[in-house]
Amino acid sequence: MSAFELTFKVYGKSAILIEWPSEIDKNILEDVILFKSKILKSYIKGIVDVINSYNSLTIVYNIAINNIYSEILNLKSLYSLNISQESVENFRWEIPVCYDKKFGIDLHEFQVKNNLNFEEVVRIHSSSIYTVYFIGFLPGFMYLGGLDKRLHIARKSNPRLRVEKGSVAIGGNQTGVYPSINAGGWHIIGNSPITFFDSKLAKPCFAKSGDEIKFIPVDVVEYNQIESEVEKGVYKLKKSKL
Amino acid sequence: MIRVLSPGFYTTIQDMGRYGYADIGVPSSGIMDRYSGQLANQIIGNNVNDSLLEICLGNCILKFEKQTVVCVSGADFSPKINNDSVRLNKAVLVNKNDILSFGKKRYGSRAYLAVKGGFQTSVELGSRSFYEGITSRVLLKKDDILPIRSFIIEKLPLNASVKVDENYFKSKDLLAYPGPEYDLLSFKQKAQLKKVVFTISKDNNRMGYRLEEHLENKLPSILTSSVLPGTVQLTPSGKIIILMRDCQVTGGYPRVLQLSEIAINRLAQKSTGDTIQFIIEDLDW
Repeated sequence: MSAFELTFKVYGKSAILIEWPSEIDKNILEDVILFKSKILKSYIKGIVDVINSYNSLTIVYNIAINNIYSEILNLKSLYSLNISQESVENFRWEIPVCYDKKFGIDLHEFQVKNNLNFEEVVRIHSSSIYTVYFIGFLPGFMYLGGLDKRLHIARKSNPRLRVEKGSVAIGGNQTGVYPSINAGGWHIIGNSPITFFDSKLAKPCFAKSGDEIKFIPVDVVEYNQIESEVEKGVYKLKKSKL
Repeated sequence: MIRVLSPGFYTTIQDMGRYGYADIGVPSSGIMDRYSGQLANQIIGNNVNDSLLEICLGNCILKFEKQTVVCVSGADFSPKINNDSVRLNKAVLVNKNDILSFGKKRYGSRAYLAVKGGFQTSVELGSRSFYEGITSRVLLKKDDILPIRSFIIEKLPLNASVKVDENYFKSKDLLAYPGPEYDLLSFKQKAQLKKVVFTISKDNNRMGYRLEEHLENKLPSILTSSVLPGTVQLTPSGKIIILMRDCQVTGGYPRVLQLSEIAINRLAQKSTGDTIQFIIEDLDW
């Protein structure tokens, strides 16, 4: 089903950028993912990466594209092709998060700036269901949609030089989890003991575009328990099929 | 084996890069100046994707613990084996216990050392290219041991040496194509992008090069979307960032230009204070 008016742009000599309307919207995401899956399943010669964002697909080729016009025509007809295919399988993942003040080092700022106490921040953050739009910024960093307006908060004016692995944070109208130690300007409200990216695994990152995330509050004792299970490689992340 | 006596400023193992994992946030990485890197591999008969050492700004000293054939290409950091100068772009025999050193910079920013068969460090997600969180090492360190293959070397390849045009390192011209947001630029901005001779700031590395000069700019950020090595971004403050091989896979600044592959390679040989000028051509097939 070709529901959207797409724009095809050449992006240098060896990539094509396909754009949907510039919005963060679940229907757009669904269409992006469907087209991405069609492209991947059609094994077009020379494609090495198909990268999606909120409203775009970037198709990267291993060498300069020979005939850009015919390549774009092929992609356009692939988009409008109504092939009966199994829809992409997506999951809802339950991510344990400890919101204890030991980890949630910026929780107090919500009291000052958003007039929300600690319990309210935790309740609101962990009651929403978030959509994984795409993964970028860092290996395994999920761009999540669906943060409650009450938790929107301007980014810190001075980014921290070191944010710990697993930090659950809010910046602007977005929330996310830092998969590795990094600098960062978001407000840190908790920490998740699970691994978001492991290059040793066949699937280094469990989540993908179109999946959903639900944060499950755990206390320090449970956090430590899960952390040791993760280290031993026996922790099983809870998921349900969407 | 090769033992690292001194790692230098920023020395890494690189190959043609890591593909197929961009949609989980993994950068492509790989050789910054592919032209020079591939030349080094070709001269000693290696495969295109054999990994080599990328030596940024010299000061690297290596001890060979077995005999092999090497080739140094790219920047000239006055390489020597023991006390003898090494010619660039030429297959050179290295014996057990020889010491290869890179010292004073004559030109360029990145030298490539190819060894016969490539460096045998671990392959992670299809590539040996060093990257934080993917490979166990991010930079070479003193006393690191780099595994290489054993060969019985009877004679050196015949192709003596290849002459590289000096203009490759000197020219400030970078061929670029209009990027996805080029058409959002004003007439004046487009003219400035062509006319201004830009200076590379001290903020230049494998992730990207920031330029000194400002463009007048009122363009807002875009909805976060994909970026590629060679993407030229215009920040809201009017500063220009050229993304390089280790860049993130997504970004939110307008993508005003896309460098040609040859321009990425040439830029990789430039450093703080060097100047560049964009030669903007429409993509024409």
